[in-house]
Amino acid sequence: MIADDARPTLAAKVRLRWDRRASRYMLLYPQRGLVLNATGADIVQLCTGEHTVGGIVDQLAGKYAREPADVAQQVQTFLARLAERGLIRCGDE
Amino acid sequence: MSEEPRPYTLVAELTYRCPLRCVYCSNPLDWASHTDALSTEDWLRVLREAEELGVVQVNLTGGEPLLRDDLEALVEEAQRLELYTNLITSGIPLARERLERLKRLGLDNVQVSIQDVTAPASDRIAGLRSFERKLQVARWVKELGLPLTVNTVLHRDNLDHVGEIVTLAESLAADRLELANTQYLGWALVNRQALLPTRGQLERARDLARAARRRLTGRMEVLFVTPDYYAEFPKACMDGWGRRFIVISPDGLALPCHAARTLPGLVFDNVRQRSLGEIWRDSAGFTAFRGESWMAEPCRSCERRGLDFGGCRCQAFHLTGDAAATDPACSLSPQHTLIETARAATAEPAAELIFRSPRRPSPTG
Repeated sequence: MIADDARPTLAAKVRLRWDRRASRYMLLYPQRGLVLNATGADIVQLCTGEHTVGGIVDQLAGKYAREPADVAQQVQTFLARLAERGLIRCGDE
Repeated sequence: MSEEPRPYTLVAELTYRCPLRCVYCSNPLDWASHTDALSTEDWLRVLREAEELGVVQVNLTGGEPLLRDDLEALVEEAQRLELYTNLITSGIPLARERLERLKRLGLDNVQVSIQDVTAPASDRIAGLRSFERKLQVARWVKELGLPLTVNTVLHRDNLDHVGEIVTLAESLAADRLELANTQYLGWALVNRQALLPTRGQLERARDLARAARRRLTGRMEVLFVTPDYYAEFPKACMDGWGRRFIVISPDGLALPCHAARTLPGLVFDNVRQRSLGEIWRDSAGFTAFRGESWMAEPCRSCERRGLDFGGCRCQAFHLTGDAAATDPACSLSPQHTLIETARAATAEPAAELIFRSPRRPSPTG
């Protein structure tokens, strides 16, 4: 579980790129790529070090008009996946 | 696959020349007969055409890509095209100033090869005194704030050092460690009897790598590429022929994999004669083993055919003489005994190493 007040940033090796061939975002890192769905792309675009996890949840809940608790679950799962692959940093490492 | 194949990665082999003489080099045995025929302009056009086709990532490799003095121009163009740009290098010869310039131009990641954990052992495999300089380059990479991948090719003589390799990569603050078991093609096939490890060695190393991956989760990515020779099923070589990758050789051939030019009877087009898009879509070389229609049994009816695509065409040819055969690394291959025999031979003493050189080694290896 990533702390609510952590401020995730993309790891140095990772770049977000618009894939114009397929009209979607991809995360690129050495020898790999990860295709993002719309929600994933929204989350990643907020991983700038400015926003807390809680803040990201609030913004998405607002954008999609959904309950923050449901969104929180989704954001946590997604960020945990990225963290496990070393694609984001959560501030204190 | 109903989906139109689209390349994601361009492997730009800028030159076959290299100061190192690694005994498992994946360049062809006759590398010295192929010149660096592509000009800077050619390479810039290749990058643009690749991006048009859908490529999002470029590996600048070789040989040793640092030997091209237009590397800067290529990095700059790749960056303009928003390609993820990975420099795959021995680190030799490199000055800190040049690395700094490459970073400024937009290089995204540097992959440095390290052959083993001590200077004598590493230099022995590389055939050149290079270990200390490599460590220096790796440190510069991190000092300049670039992400670092450490790549070590694994074989009989360094598999027992995997624990120390992890420690070394950690001490260099590598972002990623690639522990890649030797692929037995090119010079590695010539040296197979010297390089192929025992199953025990391999399993111990794999367990250590797994433990390291767990321990370092989120800090350093640890990748362990298992060797075909000890797997039940072959790897999806290049993620399938003509499916995700384009390799461009120093003399301009567009290839589905770096060893494809060693397959007889296949014609590969040169990017100086045709556009990359045409070559990718309908050249004889790219379509030869694309999809499933070329497959014979046991692949044709195998439920794994969409996972491993029949394995490696080059391995099939170099071991069985037939590029369309099932990869003998597959336990279902009727010629799997070729692999079993090689495995059994690891009980015998290792052969002498043959270093990469401009001259093709004698066929007996």
